[in-house]
Amino acid sequence: MERWLLVGLAAAGAPAVCAAYVVAAEAGLRRMPPRWRQAARPWVWLLPAAALLGVFLVYPTLGTLVYSFRDASGERWVGLQNYLQLLSDREVQVAVRNNLIWLAGLAGVVVLLGFVLAVLLERVPYAPVAKAILFLPMALSFTAAAVIWRFVYEYRPAGTAQVGLLNALLTHTLPGFQPRAWLVHAPGNTLLLVAAGVWVWTGFATVVFSAALKTVPQEVVEAARVDGAGELRVLWNVVAPLLAPVTAVVATTMVITSLKVFDLVYVMTNGNYGTEVLANRMYKELFNVRHLGRASALAVVLLLCTLPAMAANLRRFLGEAGR
Amino acid sequence: MWRIASVTAAVALALAACAPRGQPERLGGTVSVLAVWGGEELESFRAMLQPFEERTGVTVEYEGTRDLNAVLTTRVQAGNPPDVAVLPGPGQLAEFARQGHLVPLDDVVDAERMRQEYAQTWLDLGTVDGRLYGVFVKTSLKGLVWYNRPAFEAAGYTVPQTWDDLMRLTERIAADGRTPWCVGLESGSASGWPATDWIEVLLLKAAGPEVYDRWYRHEISWEDSAVRQAWERFAQVVGEPRYVYGGRQGVLATNFAQAAFPLFSDPPGCYLHHQATFIQDFIQQQFPNLRPGEDFDFFPFPAVDARYQNAVVAAGDLVGVFRDTPQARALVRYLASAEAQAVWVRRGGALSPNRQVSLDGYPDPLNRRAAEVLRSAEVARFDASDLMPEAVNSAFWRATLDFVQEPRRLGALLARLERVAREAYR
Repeated sequence: MERWLLVGLAAAGAPAVCAAYVVAAEAGLRRMPPRWRQAARPWVWLLPAAALLGVFLVYPTLGTLVYSFRDASGERWVGLQNYLQLLSDREVQVAVRNNLIWLAGLAGVVVLLGFVLAVLLERVPYAPVAKAILFLPMALSFTAAAVIWRFVYEYRPAGTAQVGLLNALLTHTLPGFQPRAWLVHAPGNTLLLVAAGVWVWTGFATVVFSAALKTVPQEVVEAARVDGAGELRVLWNVVAPLLAPVTAVVATTMVITSLKVFDLVYVMTNGNYGTEVLANRMYKELFNVRHLGRASALAVVLLLCTLPAMAANLRRFLGEAGR
Repeated sequence: MWRIASVTAAVALALAACAPRGQPERLGGTVSVLAVWGGEELESFRAMLQPFEERTGVTVEYEGTRDLNAVLTTRVQAGNPPDVAVLPGPGQLAEFARQGHLVPLDDVVDAERMRQEYAQTWLDLGTVDGRLYGVFVKTSLKGLVWYNRPAFEAAGYTVPQTWDDLMRLTERIAADGRTPWCVGLESGSASGWPATDWIEVLLLKAAGPEVYDRWYRHEISWEDSAVRQAWERFAQVVGEPRYVYGGRQGVLATNFAQAAFPLFSDPPGCYLHHQATFIQDFIQQQFPNLRPGEDFDFFPFPAVDARYQNAVVAAGDLVGVFRDTPQARALVRYLASAEAQAVWVRRGGALSPNRQVSLDGYPDPLNRRAAEVLRSAEVARFDASDLMPEAVNSAFWRATLDFVQEPRRLGALLARLERVAREAYR
């Protein structure tokens, strides 16, 4: 009962507060001298969003940074100890290596595959259907995708019915093939996890690239063809450069996705058998080991890793806005 | 007006006083419960709650999660804990109790009655720094070896009495061109725990309860020879591909819940399976026609050292109170009672720690015998990994997986566990 009251209050209250802010802000601005009004208006309008970002994004980020220099319970200062411990931990080193594999594998393959599929699908009449099918996995949560792919890699001993798709396919097509517990054997298992990630994200890249392809001016392409350029040449020297901004956006998204990958790994292997990644390690430090300091340090490391990608993207956005 | 109210109150009090002992007054309101149960187990828990809800008018709001640790930690830290939570082991109970998040139950339950109805072991396991924080709702017996009785007897095998007998039997089955063991360690993010059960029972039955206690309290090192020997004995089974169904990768990739099933294929995929009492549910769900005790049976894990023949490893779920409300108090009092626990016992899949629950209440001979073994055990020890700090427990899980993959890395794995333990037990 109380809960429903609260829900109702929130549903009616939030718009009311927003409306009140708008009215009050404009009333306040009207009383100002016109010169100030002009300068103050953007700030007044930005204030609510900035405040929300401050409370829910900037403050926790700074808090994490502070905690990364403190001990397990977040009470005492320990300097750089957490970072040094992480650097010397073999499992963290494995996690860093695997994140790099994810980075190269997921970001690289998704961008490339998405681009190629988009170009190829331009030329077939059933493109919408194909795109819809490719995009379908995006509608799934990573956890659901992970469960599905666990079934694909499922292992049953030789001589019994193979329930896993991959083992079933291989034992049927290759005579003498021994079923394999795919997720158990390093280093291939990390690549198999990446494959599940590629399955989820390729549709996204394809759809974005297809949309971008439609904006490529046909005259330019025609002109290139008239000048005698072959299709591949047109693709590489004309279309690809025109799509560079879109490629950058997709690549950034994928870089950040592969750095923060967690659900797929947690559900499929929990980082066992040499498939550990940084985010899963952070989860363990926080919830199993209950070491707030080291978990925060890992979060900071992850944030620092994503910064270059975000900075590059931001610069591009600013550049486009200035154009 | 106040007079009418006070008269009503007095009448209500009088009525409450007249109510028979143990009958909580009609409270109304709600109590939230967080636990790991789902499916069949949840239905049994609901059946257990039904009489309580009817009698007290309290509505139990159940929330289930397989990731209890994360959910509970987050909610406790956010200042929004459930009223009551069911914890899978005393290790976590102690952590929450020492952080001051749990309500002591000494004046919630009737201490005198608890002492009469519960074995001291169970009370001790729920006690942290001299105060009772957790009461066991249900328990299970670990360290049992399950087998397909008709197939086992038809092959002429007999139940081994010692570890050496067991290994001789293992070799004999393998020599007959069959596979002796089914082992399955896969369990999502908790993969590896069935192997910790192996190592625990092997340690208890070889080195005895004192060493066992010192081990989980980290008073001896992980590199101690008693600990190392338990791992090595485990490797005698899983390290030999002829001894395990599907070989090593089968051990690692098979889910614990399905691991026992090849016992019942024709011809049997394996002949022996080590698991706790709860596996009976999984077997009967999969093969509803099997009669417990006749078509499948268990024998207690044989002793390595004959002195510890009657030592058993048990596990159980404890209920703890995070928010002191009248409803939460009433619920805990009820869950501790023989009346409540008999409900789950009757439905199968649980052994009651409460001695007032009659052995006749168990649904089949296997459940009954397990309950008898647990009650008559000379030495009962709780699942050691559940008594260890969470950090050590999860490192233990992972180490068993790495061990099965590469048994010769034992030295490095134990050294790593020792490092984790040194930090965690501080």
